[in-house]
Amino acid sequence: MEPVVTRGLTKRYGELVAVADLDLVVRAGEVYGFLGPNGAGKTTTLRMLLGLVRPTAGEVLLHGRPPGALEGIGALIEGPAFYPYLSGRDNLRVMARHARVADRRVDVVLEMVDLTGRGKDRYGAYSLGMKQRLGVAAALLKDPRLLVLDEPTNGLDPAGMADMRAMVRRLGAAGCTVLISSHLLGEVEQICDRVGVIAQGRLVGEGTVADLRGAADLRVVAAPLERAAGHARDLLGADAVSLVDGGLHLAVEAARAGEINSSLVCAGVTVSELRMVERDLEETFFALTGGESRVG
Amino acid sequence: MWGDFSAEVIKLVKRPANWLLLAVAMVLGLLFTYVVPYAGFKGATTNATGGRGLAAMLPANLVGNSVAGLPVFMGAIMVIVGVLAVGGEYGWNTWKTVLTQGPSRLAVFAGKVGALAVAALSFVVAFFAVGVAASMVIASLEDQSLALPSAGDLLVGVGAGWLMAGCWTAFGVLLAVLLRGVALAVGLGLVWLLAVQNLITLLAAPLLPWVAQAQKGLPGPNAGALAAALGSATDTPGVEAIVGGAQAALVLAVYLVGFLAVGAALLRRRDIL
Repeated sequence: MEPVVTRGLTKRYGELVAVADLDLVVRAGEVYGFLGPNGAGKTTTLRMLLGLVRPTAGEVLLHGRPPGALEGIGALIEGPAFYPYLSGRDNLRVMARHARVADRRVDVVLEMVDLTGRGKDRYGAYSLGMKQRLGVAAALLKDPRLLVLDEPTNGLDPAGMADMRAMVRRLGAAGCTVLISSHLLGEVEQICDRVGVIAQGRLVGEGTVADLRGAADLRVVAAPLERAAGHARDLLGADAVSLVDGGLHLAVEAARAGEINSSLVCAGVTVSELRMVERDLEETFFALTGGESRVG
Repeated sequence: MWGDFSAEVIKLVKRPANWLLLAVAMVLGLLFTYVVPYAGFKGATTNATGGRGLAAMLPANLVGNSVAGLPVFMGAIMVIVGVLAVGGEYGWNTWKTVLTQGPSRLAVFAGKVGALAVAALSFVVAFFAVGVAASMVIASLEDQSLALPSAGDLLVGVGAGWLMAGCWTAFGVLLAVLLRGVALAVGLGLVWLLAVQNLITLLAAPLLPWVAQAQKGLPGPNAGALAAALGSATDTPGVEAIVGGAQAALVLAVYLVGFLAVGAALLRRRDIL
Protein backbone atom coordinates (compact mmCIF):
# COMPACT_ATOMS: atom_id res chain seq x y z
CA MET A 1 0.00 0.00 0.00
CA GLU A 2 1.50 3.37 -1.01
CA PRO A 3 2.02 5.69 1.98
CA VAL A 4 0.52 8.70 0.18
CA VAL A 5 -1.85 8.79 -2.77
CA THR A 6 -3.89 11.81 -3.80
CA ARG A 7 -6.34 11.85 -6.67
CA GLY A 8 -7.65 15.08 -8.14
CA LEU A 9 -6.93 16.89 -4.89
CA THR A 10 -8.27 20.44 -5.09
CA LYS A 11 -8.69 23.30 -2.64
CA ARG A 12 -10.44 26.52 -3.53
CA TYR A 13 -10.86 29.57 -1.34
CA GLY A 14 -13.62 31.41 -3.16
CA GLU A 15 -12.11 32.45 -6.47
CA LEU A 16 -8.58 31.54 -5.45
CA VAL A 17 -7.44 28.05 -6.38
CA ALA A 18 -4.76 27.04 -3.88
CA VAL A 19 -4.34 23.47 -5.10
CA ALA A 20 -5.67 22.19 -8.41
CA ASP A 21 -6.32 18.60 -9.39
CA LEU A 22 -3.22 17.23 -7.73
CA ASP A 23 -2.30 13.57 -8.28
CA LEU A 24 0.57 12.60 -6.05
CA VAL A 25 2.04 9.20 -5.17
CA VAL A 26 4.72 8.77 -2.53
CA ARG A 27 6.17 5.26 -2.52
CA ALA A 28 7.11 3.29 0.56
CA GLY A 29 10.62 3.90 1.82
CA GLU A 30 11.47 6.89 -0.37
CA VAL A 31 12.36 10.43 0.58
CA TYR A 32 10.02 12.48 -1.59
CA GLY A 33 10.71 16.16 -2.09
CA PHE A 34 7.78 18.44 -2.61
CA LEU A 35 9.30 21.45 -4.27
CA GLY A 36 7.77 24.77 -5.14
CA PRO A 37 8.10 28.50 -4.64
CA ASN A 38 6.47 30.19 -1.65
CA GLY A 39 2.71 30.27 -2.04
CA ALA A 40 2.65 27.43 -4.59
CA GLY A 41 0.25 25.35 -2.47
CA LYS A 42 2.70 23.04 -0.69
CA THR A 43 1.47 23.66 2.85
CA THR A 44 -2.19 23.57 1.83
CA THR A 45 -1.57 20.19 0.20
CA LEU A 46 0.18 18.83 3.29
CA ARG A 47 -2.62 20.16 5.54
CA MET A 48 -5.13 18.33 3.37
CA LEU A 49 -3.07 15.13 3.62
CA LEU A 50 -3.27 15.33 7.40
CA GLY A 51 -6.95 16.20 7.61
CA LEU A 52 -6.40 19.74 8.93
CA VAL A 53 -7.93 21.29 5.83
CA ARG A 54 -10.89 19.77 4.02
CA PRO A 55 -10.34 19.38 0.25
CA THR A 56 -12.85 21.05 -2.06
CA ALA A 57 -12.59 18.00 -4.31
CA GLY A 58 -10.54 14.86 -4.72
CA GLU A 59 -9.33 12.32 -2.24
CA VAL A 60 -6.38 11.49 -0.04
CA LEU A 61 -5.30 7.99 0.93
CA LEU A 62 -2.61 7.41 3.55
CA HIS A 63 -1.53 3.78 3.59
CA GLY A 64 -4.73 3.09 1.68
CA ARG A 65 -7.06 4.86 4.11
CA PRO A 66 -8.52 8.37 4.29
CA PRO A 67 -6.78 10.61 6.83
CA GLY A 68 -8.22 10.07 10.26
CA ALA A 69 -6.40 8.57 13.20
CA LEU A 70 -3.04 9.19 11.41
CA GLU A 71 -1.63 5.97 12.80
CA GLY A 72 2.07 5.63 12.14
CA ILE A 73 2.21 9.14 10.67
CA GLY A 74 4.23 11.99 12.14
CA ALA A 75 4.14 15.57 10.91
CA LEU A 76 5.69 18.97 11.33
CA ILE A 77 3.62 21.53 9.46
CA GLU A 78 4.71 25.13 8.86
CA GLY A 79 7.07 25.51 11.77
CA PRO A 80 6.92 24.17 15.31
CA ALA A 81 4.03 25.21 17.58
CA PHE A 82 3.95 24.40 21.29
CA TYR A 83 2.78 25.82 24.62
CA PRO A 84 5.36 28.46 25.63
CA TYR A 85 4.72 28.12 29.38
CA LEU A 86 5.46 24.36 29.41
CA SER A 87 8.93 22.85 29.31
CA GLY A 88 10.02 21.06 26.16
CA ARG A 89 9.56 17.78 27.96
CA ASP A 90 6.07 18.64 29.25
CA ASN A 91 5.07 19.74 25.76
CA LEU A 92 6.07 16.31 24.48
CA ARG A 93 4.27 14.61 27.38
CA VAL A 94 1.10 16.47 26.39
CA MET A 95 1.53 15.46 22.75
CA ALA A 96 2.31 11.86 23.74
CA ARG A 97 -1.04 11.69 25.53
CA HIS A 98 -2.87 13.09 22.52
CA ALA A 99 -1.00 10.48 20.42
CA ARG A 100 -1.82 7.63 22.87
CA VAL A 101 1.88 6.94 23.27
CA ALA A 102 3.63 5.97 26.53
CA ASP A 103 5.52 8.70 28.41
CA ARG A 104 8.82 6.81 28.07
CA ARG A 105 8.79 7.53 24.34
CA VAL A 106 9.25 11.22 25.25
CA ASP A 107 12.79 10.60 26.50
CA VAL A 108 13.60 8.56 23.42
CA VAL A 109 12.61 11.31 20.98
CA LEU A 110 14.27 14.03 23.09
CA GLU A 111 17.48 12.02 22.79
CA MET A 112 16.98 11.61 19.02
CA VAL A 113 16.90 15.38 18.48
CA ASP A 114 19.63 16.03 21.02
CA LEU A 115 17.46 18.01 23.45
CA THR A 116 17.73 15.79 26.53
CA GLY A 117 19.84 18.36 28.37
CA ARG A 118 17.35 21.18 27.71
CA GLY A 119 14.15 19.19 28.18
CA LYS A 120 13.31 20.90 31.47
CA ASP A 121 13.62 24.44 30.10
CA ARG A 122 10.54 26.41 29.09
CA TYR A 123 9.71 26.14 25.40
CA GLY A 124 9.30 29.91 25.26
CA ALA A 125 12.99 30.28 26.09
CA TYR A 126 14.18 27.96 23.30
CA SER A 127 16.14 29.20 20.30
CA LEU A 128 14.55 28.81 16.89
CA GLY A 129 16.72 25.78 16.15
CA MET A 130 15.71 24.08 19.41
CA LYS A 131 12.05 24.80 18.72
CA GLN A 132 12.40 23.22 15.30
CA ARG A 133 14.07 20.16 16.80
CA LEU A 134 11.30 19.84 19.36
CA GLY A 135 8.84 19.98 16.47
CA VAL A 136 10.64 17.06 14.84
CA ALA A 137 10.68 15.22 18.19
CA ALA A 138 6.89 15.57 18.39
CA ALA A 139 6.60 14.26 14.83
CA LEU A 140 8.66 11.22 15.84
CA LEU A 141 6.60 10.37 18.95
CA LYS A 142 4.59 7.69 17.19
CA ASP A 143 7.70 6.09 15.65
CA PRO A 144 6.14 6.89 12.28
CA ARG A 145 6.35 4.89 9.07
CA LEU A 146 5.50 8.11 7.21
CA LEU A 147 6.98 11.42 8.22
CA VAL A 148 5.62 14.65 6.73
CA LEU A 149 7.98 17.60 7.14
CA ASP A 150 6.99 21.03 5.87
CA GLU A 151 10.06 23.18 5.24
CA PRO A 152 11.89 21.70 8.24
CA THR A 153 15.05 23.76 7.71
CA ASN A 154 13.28 27.14 7.63
CA GLY A 155 15.00 29.57 9.94
CA LEU A 156 17.85 27.23 10.85
CA ASP A 157 21.50 28.21 10.71
CA PRO A 158 23.79 26.25 8.34
CA ALA A 159 24.80 23.77 11.06
CA GLY A 160 21.15 23.25 12.03
CA MET A 161 20.23 22.71 8.38
CA ALA A 162 22.99 20.15 7.96
CA ASP A 163 21.84 18.33 11.13
CA MET A 164 18.27 18.30 9.93
CA ARG A 165 19.24 16.89 6.52
CA ALA A 166 21.41 14.26 8.14
CA MET A 167 18.49 13.23 10.32
CA VAL A 168 16.11 12.99 7.37
CA ARG A 169 18.64 10.85 5.51
CA ARG A 170 19.06 8.65 8.60
CA LEU A 171 15.31 8.18 8.92
CA GLY A 172 15.03 7.44 5.22
CA ALA A 173 17.83 4.88 5.47
CA ALA A 174 16.02 3.27 8.40
CA GLY A 175 13.02 2.61 6.15
CA CYS A 176 10.81 5.55 7.10
CA THR A 177 9.00 7.17 4.18
CA VAL A 178 9.60 10.91 4.26
CA LEU A 179 7.57 13.56 2.46
CA ILE A 180 9.49 16.78 2.75
CA SER A 181 8.46 20.11 1.30
CA SER A 182 10.98 22.76 0.49
CA HIS A 183 11.67 25.78 -1.62
CA LEU A 184 15.41 25.08 -1.45
CA LEU A 185 16.67 23.25 -4.52
CA GLY A 186 20.02 22.28 -3.04
CA GLU A 187 18.32 20.71 -0.07
CA VAL A 188 16.01 18.62 -2.19
CA GLU A 189 18.85 17.60 -4.45
CA GLN A 190 20.87 16.38 -1.49
CA ILE A 191 18.29 14.28 0.31
CA CYS A 192 15.43 13.29 -1.96
CA ASP A 193 14.99 10.15 -4.03
CA ARG A 194 12.18 11.69 -6.05
CA VAL A 195 10.84 15.19 -6.44
CA GLY A 196 7.46 16.64 -7.30
CA VAL A 197 7.43 20.26 -8.44
CA ILE A 198 4.34 22.33 -7.70
CA ALA A 199 3.55 25.79 -9.05
CA GLN A 200 0.31 27.74 -8.74
CA GLY A 201 -1.32 24.73 -7.12
CA ARG A 202 -0.48 22.31 -9.93
CA LEU A 203 2.03 19.51 -10.15
CA VAL A 204 4.22 20.61 -13.05
CA GLY A 205 6.90 17.95 -12.90
CA GLU A 206 7.74 14.74 -11.10
CA GLY A 207 10.64 12.32 -11.14
CA THR A 208 14.14 11.79 -9.79
CA VAL A 209 16.36 14.84 -9.65
CA ALA A 210 18.27 13.43 -12.68
CA ASP A 211 15.00 12.86 -14.57
CA LEU A 212 13.87 16.39 -13.95
CA ARG A 213 17.13 17.85 -15.11
CA GLY A 214 16.86 15.78 -18.25
CA ALA A 215 19.87 14.26 -20.00
CA ALA A 216 23.15 16.12 -20.01
CA ASP A 217 24.03 18.27 -23.07
CA LEU A 218 27.24 18.40 -25.08
CA ARG A 219 28.65 21.91 -24.90
CA VAL A 220 30.59 23.04 -27.94
CA VAL A 221 32.44 26.34 -28.19
CA ALA A 222 33.50 26.92 -31.74
CA ALA A 223 34.29 29.65 -34.27
CA PRO A 224 32.63 30.80 -36.37
CA LEU A 225 29.64 30.06 -34.19
CA GLU A 226 27.04 30.62 -36.93
CA ARG A 227 28.59 28.07 -39.24
CA ALA A 228 28.99 25.61 -36.33
CA ALA A 229 25.31 26.01 -35.41
CA GLY A 230 24.17 25.53 -38.99
CA HIS A 231 26.25 22.43 -39.39
CA ALA A 232 25.05 21.00 -36.08
CA ARG A 233 21.42 21.59 -37.07
CA ASP A 234 21.99 19.77 -40.36
CA LEU A 235 23.62 16.92 -38.46
CA LEU A 236 21.28 16.57 -35.44
CA GLY A 237 18.09 18.43 -36.27
CA ALA A 238 17.12 21.91 -35.16
CA ASP A 239 15.48 20.71 -31.91
CA ALA A 240 18.74 19.28 -30.57
CA VAL A 241 20.69 22.52 -30.87
CA SER A 242 20.49 25.56 -28.64
CA LEU A 243 22.68 28.61 -28.20
CA VAL A 244 23.77 29.13 -24.60
CA ASP A 245 26.40 31.54 -23.26
CA GLY A 246 28.30 31.93 -26.51
CA GLY A 247 28.39 28.21 -27.22
CA LEU A 248 26.18 25.44 -28.51
CA HIS A 249 24.36 22.97 -26.29
CA LEU A 250 23.68 19.81 -28.22
CA ALA A 251 21.21 17.21 -26.96
CA VAL A 252 23.32 14.17 -27.75
CA GLU A 253 24.93 11.35 -25.86
CA ALA A 254 28.53 11.65 -24.73
CA ALA A 255 29.56 8.82 -27.09
CA ARG A 256 28.95 11.01 -30.14
CA ALA A 257 31.30 13.81 -29.03
CA GLY A 258 34.23 12.62 -31.16
CA GLU A 259 32.14 12.15 -34.30
CA ILE A 260 30.62 15.62 -33.93
CA ASN A 261 34.04 17.16 -33.34
CA SER A 262 35.56 15.71 -36.50
CA SER A 263 32.47 16.57 -38.52
CA LEU A 264 32.68 20.21 -37.36
CA VAL A 265 36.41 20.39 -38.07
CA CYS A 266 35.85 18.96 -41.56
CA ALA A 267 33.28 21.69 -42.13
CA GLY A 268 35.96 24.30 -41.45
CA VAL A 269 34.97 25.13 -37.89
CA THR A 270 37.56 25.60 -35.12
CA VAL A 271 36.46 23.79 -31.94
CA SER A 272 37.92 25.22 -28.73
CA GLU A 273 35.78 23.48 -26.10
CA LEU A 274 33.93 20.20 -26.03
CA ARG A 275 32.43 18.81 -22.80
CA MET A 276 29.29 17.31 -21.30
CA VAL A 277 27.27 19.69 -19.08
CA GLU A 278 24.46 18.76 -16.72
CA ARG A 279 21.52 21.05 -16.78
CA ASP A 280 21.26 23.14 -13.64
CA LEU A 281 18.31 22.09 -11.46
CA GLU A 282 17.54 25.73 -10.96
CA GLU A 283 17.09 26.18 -14.70
CA THR A 284 14.73 23.22 -14.79
CA PHE A 285 12.86 24.59 -11.82
CA PHE A 286 12.40 27.99 -13.44
CA ALA A 287 11.33 26.36 -16.66
CA LEU A 288 8.75 24.25 -14.82
CA THR A 289 7.41 26.94 -12.53
CA GLY A 290 7.19 29.66 -15.11
CA GLY A 291 10.42 31.37 -14.11
CA GLU A 292 8.83 33.99 -11.93
CA SER A 293 9.70 32.41 -8.67
CA ARG A 294 12.53 33.32 -6.39
CA VAL A 295 14.31 30.31 -5.03
CA GLY A 296 17.38 30.03 -2.86
CA MET B 1 -10.31 10.29 25.11
CA TRP B 2 -8.63 9.67 28.49
CA GLY B 3 -5.31 10.65 26.91
CA ASP B 4 -6.82 13.91 25.64
CA PHE B 5 -8.34 14.63 29.05
CA SER B 6 -5.07 14.07 30.89
CA ALA B 7 -3.19 16.16 28.29
CA GLU B 8 -5.65 19.01 28.86
CA VAL B 9 -5.26 18.69 32.63
CA ILE B 10 -1.49 19.15 32.26
CA LYS B 11 -2.06 22.23 30.07
CA LEU B 12 -4.51 23.75 32.58
CA VAL B 13 -2.65 22.94 35.79
CA LYS B 14 0.77 24.04 34.55
CA ARG B 15 -0.46 27.33 33.11
CA PRO B 16 0.39 30.17 35.52
CA ALA B 17 -2.46 32.34 34.18
CA ASN B 18 -5.05 29.90 35.55
CA TRP B 19 -3.57 30.05 39.05
CA LEU B 20 -3.54 33.83 38.85
CA LEU B 21 -7.23 33.82 37.90
CA LEU B 22 -8.04 31.48 40.79
CA ALA B 23 -6.11 33.70 43.22
CA VAL B 24 -7.83 36.84 41.93
CA ALA B 25 -11.24 35.20 42.23
CA MET B 26 -10.55 34.06 45.79
CA VAL B 27 -9.20 37.43 46.89
CA LEU B 28 -12.15 39.28 45.32
CA GLY B 29 -14.62 36.92 46.96
CA LEU B 30 -12.93 37.26 50.33
CA LEU B 31 -12.71 41.02 50.06
CA PHE B 32 -16.24 41.84 48.94
CA THR B 33 -18.13 39.09 50.74
CA TYR B 34 -16.34 39.20 54.08
CA VAL B 35 -13.55 41.75 54.63
CA VAL B 36 -15.31 44.91 53.40
CA PRO B 37 -18.71 44.10 54.94
CA TYR B 38 -17.02 43.13 58.22
CA ALA B 39 -14.95 46.31 58.27
CA GLY B 40 -18.15 48.25 57.61
CA PHE B 41 -19.90 46.39 60.40
CA LYS B 42 -17.09 47.11 62.88
CA GLY B 43 -16.84 50.75 61.86
CA ALA B 44 -20.55 51.45 62.02
CA THR B 45 -21.65 53.55 64.97
CA THR B 46 -25.32 52.79 64.59
CA ASN B 47 -27.30 50.02 62.93
CA ALA B 48 -28.56 52.39 60.27
CA THR B 49 -25.55 52.19 57.94
CA GLY B 50 -27.26 50.08 55.32
CA GLY B 51 -24.89 47.13 55.83
CA ARG B 52 -26.16 43.59 55.70
CA GLY B 53 -25.30 43.04 59.30
CA LEU B 54 -23.30 40.37 60.99
CA ALA B 55 -25.74 37.55 60.24
CA ALA B 56 -24.95 37.68 56.50
CA MET B 57 -21.28 36.90 57.17
CA LEU B 58 -21.76 33.84 59.37
CA PRO B 59 -21.14 30.22 58.35
CA ALA B 60 -24.89 29.59 58.14
CA ASN B 61 -24.99 31.81 55.02
CA LEU B 62 -22.08 30.04 53.34
CA VAL B 63 -24.00 28.78 50.30
CA GLY B 64 -25.55 32.08 49.27
CA ASN B 65 -22.32 33.97 49.91
CA SER B 66 -20.16 31.53 47.93
CA VAL B 67 -22.25 31.58 44.76
CA ALA B 68 -23.25 35.26 44.87
CA GLY B 69 -20.41 36.39 42.60
CA LEU B 70 -21.00 33.80 39.88
CA PRO B 71 -23.76 35.62 37.96
CA VAL B 72 -21.37 38.47 37.09
CA PHE B 73 -17.86 38.92 38.48
CA MET B 74 -16.77 35.35 39.11
CA GLY B 75 -18.64 34.47 35.93
CA ALA B 76 -16.36 36.86 34.06
CA ILE B 77 -13.32 35.06 35.46
CA MET B 78 -14.75 31.72 34.35
CA VAL B 79 -15.27 33.12 30.83
CA ILE B 80 -11.58 34.03 30.78
CA VAL B 81 -10.63 30.52 31.92
CA GLY B 82 -12.69 29.02 29.08
CA VAL B 83 -11.37 31.41 26.45
CA LEU B 84 -7.75 30.88 27.48
CA ALA B 85 -8.01 27.09 27.34
CA VAL B 86 -9.31 27.06 23.77
CA GLY B 87 -8.14 30.39 22.38
CA GLY B 88 -4.53 29.56 23.27
CA GLU B 89 -4.61 26.69 20.77
CA TYR B 90 -5.39 29.21 18.03
CA GLY B 91 -3.00 31.88 19.29
CA TRP B 92 -0.05 29.51 19.54
CA ASN B 93 -1.06 27.51 16.44
CA THR B 94 -1.00 24.39 18.57
CA TRP B 95 -4.17 22.88 17.08
CA LYS B 96 -2.09 21.51 14.20
CA THR B 97 0.50 20.02 16.55
CA VAL B 98 -2.21 18.36 18.66
CA LEU B 99 -4.36 17.15 15.77
CA THR B 100 -1.48 15.74 13.72
CA GLN B 101 -0.84 13.42 16.67
CA GLY B 102 -4.01 11.71 15.50
CA PRO B 103 -6.85 12.33 17.96
CA SER B 104 -10.20 13.33 16.44
CA ARG B 105 -11.21 16.94 16.91
CA LEU B 106 -14.23 15.92 18.96
CA ALA B 107 -12.09 13.74 21.25
CA VAL B 108 -9.75 16.68 21.91
CA PHE B 109 -12.74 18.98 22.46
CA ALA B 110 -14.30 16.49 24.87
CA GLY B 111 -10.99 16.19 26.72
CA LYS B 112 -10.84 19.96 27.01
CA VAL B 113 -14.41 20.22 28.24
CA GLY B 114 -13.78 17.47 30.80
CA ALA B 115 -10.67 19.21 32.13
CA LEU B 116 -12.48 22.57 32.24
CA ALA B 117 -15.38 20.97 34.11
CA VAL B 118 -12.90 19.84 36.77
CA ALA B 119 -11.39 23.34 36.78
CA ALA B 120 -14.82 24.98 37.19
CA LEU B 121 -15.64 22.65 40.10
CA SER B 122 -12.26 23.44 41.67
CA PHE B 123 -12.97 27.18 41.46
CA VAL B 124 -16.37 26.74 43.13
CA VAL B 125 -14.97 24.50 45.86
CA ALA B 126 -12.24 27.11 46.42
CA PHE B 127 -14.90 29.84 46.82
CA PHE B 128 -16.66 27.67 49.41
CA ALA B 129 -13.37 26.93 51.19
CA VAL B 130 -12.52 30.64 51.42
CA GLY B 131 -16.05 31.25 52.70
CA VAL B 132 -15.75 28.56 55.38
CA ALA B 133 -12.46 30.01 56.63
CA ALA B 134 -13.57 33.66 56.58
CA SER B 135 -17.00 33.08 58.11
CA MET B 136 -15.51 30.87 60.84
CA VAL B 137 -13.01 33.58 61.75
CA ILE B 138 -15.75 36.24 61.87
CA ALA B 139 -18.08 33.99 63.88
CA SER B 140 -15.29 33.21 66.36
CA LEU B 141 -14.35 36.87 66.73
CA GLU B 142 -17.98 37.84 67.29
CA ASP B 143 -18.80 34.86 69.44
CA GLN B 144 -21.50 33.64 67.05
CA SER B 145 -22.63 30.17 66.00
CA LEU B 146 -20.06 28.20 63.96
CA ALA B 147 -22.74 25.93 62.50
CA LEU B 148 -22.43 25.35 58.73
CA PRO B 149 -25.38 24.66 56.45
CA SER B 150 -26.43 21.01 56.22
CA ALA B 151 -24.42 18.66 54.01
CA GLY B 152 -27.36 18.48 51.60
CA ASP B 153 -27.54 22.27 51.27
CA LEU B 154 -23.79 22.44 50.75
CA LEU B 155 -23.99 19.80 48.03
CA VAL B 156 -26.81 21.61 46.24
CA GLY B 157 -24.89 24.87 46.59
CA VAL B 158 -21.67 23.47 45.15
CA GLY B 159 -23.65 21.78 42.37
CA ALA B 160 -25.49 25.00 41.47
CA GLY B 161 -22.25 26.96 41.62
CA TRP B 162 -20.66 24.37 39.34
CA LEU B 163 -23.51 24.75 36.87
CA MET B 164 -23.13 28.55 36.79
CA ALA B 165 -19.33 28.39 36.55
CA GLY B 166 -19.57 25.65 33.90
CA CYS B 167 -22.04 27.65 31.84
CA TRP B 168 -19.76 30.70 31.77
CA THR B 169 -16.70 28.57 31.03
CA ALA B 170 -18.57 26.98 28.12
CA PHE B 171 -19.52 30.49 26.93
CA GLY B 172 -15.79 31.31 26.88
CA VAL B 173 -15.04 28.09 24.99
CA LEU B 174 -17.63 28.92 22.34
CA LEU B 175 -16.35 32.50 21.93
CA ALA B 176 -12.77 31.26 21.50
CA VAL B 177 -13.77 28.71 18.83
CA LEU B 178 -16.03 31.23 17.09
CA LEU B 179 -13.44 34.01 17.03
CA ARG B 180 -10.42 31.69 16.71
CA GLY B 181 -8.33 33.36 19.35
CA VAL B 182 -8.07 34.91 22.78
CA ALA B 183 -8.13 38.69 22.58
CA LEU B 184 -11.43 39.38 20.85
CA ALA B 185 -13.14 36.47 22.61
CA VAL B 186 -12.16 37.72 26.08
CA GLY B 187 -13.04 41.29 25.16
CA LEU B 188 -16.48 40.52 23.81
CA GLY B 189 -17.19 38.00 26.58
CA LEU B 190 -16.45 40.59 29.24
CA VAL B 191 -18.41 43.31 27.44
CA TRP B 192 -21.39 40.98 27.44
CA LEU B 193 -21.06 39.97 31.09
CA LEU B 194 -20.08 43.25 32.67
CA ALA B 195 -21.78 45.78 30.43
CA VAL B 196 -24.53 44.48 28.17
CA GLN B 197 -26.05 42.17 30.73
CA ASN B 198 -26.22 44.93 33.36
CA LEU B 199 -27.62 47.42 30.85
CA ILE B 200 -30.37 44.98 29.95
CA THR B 201 -31.25 44.31 33.58
CA LEU B 202 -30.90 47.79 35.00
CA LEU B 203 -31.81 50.02 32.07
CA ALA B 204 -33.82 48.24 29.41
CA ALA B 205 -35.89 45.79 31.46
CA PRO B 206 -37.58 48.44 33.69
CA LEU B 207 -38.49 50.50 30.61
CA LEU B 208 -39.61 47.82 28.18
CA PRO B 209 -41.83 44.99 29.39
CA TRP B 210 -40.76 42.68 26.54
CA VAL B 211 -37.10 43.04 27.52
CA ALA B 212 -38.06 42.20 31.10
CA GLN B 213 -39.70 39.03 29.76
CA ALA B 214 -36.89 38.22 27.34
CA GLN B 215 -34.19 38.42 29.99
CA LYS B 216 -35.79 35.42 31.65
CA GLY B 217 -34.29 33.46 28.80
CA LEU B 218 -30.75 34.87 29.11
CA PRO B 219 -27.99 33.04 30.97
CA GLY B 220 -26.91 35.93 33.23
CA PRO B 221 -30.31 36.74 34.78
CA ASN B 222 -30.94 33.00 35.22
CA ALA B 223 -27.63 32.60 37.02
CA GLY B 224 -28.70 35.55 39.19
CA ALA B 225 -32.04 33.89 39.89
CA LEU B 226 -30.34 30.60 40.79
CA ALA B 227 -28.00 32.44 43.20
CA ALA B 228 -30.97 34.28 44.71
CA ALA B 229 -32.77 30.97 45.21
CA LEU B 230 -29.75 29.71 47.15
CA GLY B 231 -29.79 32.69 49.49
CA SER B 232 -27.42 35.16 47.84
CA ALA B 233 -28.13 38.75 48.92
CA THR B 234 -30.16 40.48 46.21
CA ASP B 235 -28.12 43.65 46.56
CA THR B 236 -25.23 41.77 44.89
CA PRO B 237 -24.93 42.86 41.23
CA GLY B 238 -26.76 40.47 38.95
CA VAL B 239 -28.58 38.60 41.72
CA GLU B 240 -32.35 38.87 41.38
CA ALA B 241 -35.10 36.31 41.79
CA ILE B 242 -36.74 36.85 38.40
CA VAL B 243 -37.52 33.14 38.04
CA GLY B 244 -37.51 30.15 40.38
CA GLY B 245 -34.33 28.24 41.16
CA ALA B 246 -35.30 25.05 39.33
CA GLN B 247 -36.25 26.90 36.16
CA ALA B 248 -33.05 28.93 36.30
CA ALA B 249 -30.97 25.76 36.67
CA LEU B 250 -32.72 24.21 33.70
CA VAL B 251 -32.14 27.26 31.47
CA LEU B 252 -28.46 27.34 32.47
CA ALA B 253 -28.10 23.64 31.70
CA VAL B 254 -29.61 24.20 28.25
CA TYR B 255 -27.17 27.05 27.60
CA LEU B 256 -24.26 24.96 28.84
CA VAL B 257 -25.09 22.13 26.44
CA GLY B 258 -25.89 24.57 23.62
CA PHE B 259 -22.60 26.49 23.93
CA LEU B 260 -20.63 23.25 23.88
CA ALA B 261 -22.58 21.71 21.00
CA VAL B 262 -22.16 24.76 18.77
CA GLY B 263 -18.46 25.01 19.73
CA ALA B 264 -17.89 21.32 18.93
CA ALA B 265 -19.69 21.55 15.59
CA LEU B 266 -17.68 24.62 14.53
CA LEU B 267 -14.37 23.12 15.58
CA ARG B 268 -15.15 19.91 13.72
CA ARG B 269 -16.24 21.60 10.50
CA ARG B 270 -13.73 24.38 10.03
CA ASP B 271 -10.28 24.12 8.49
CA ILE B 272 -7.32 24.44 10.82
CA LEU B 273 -5.25 27.14 9.19
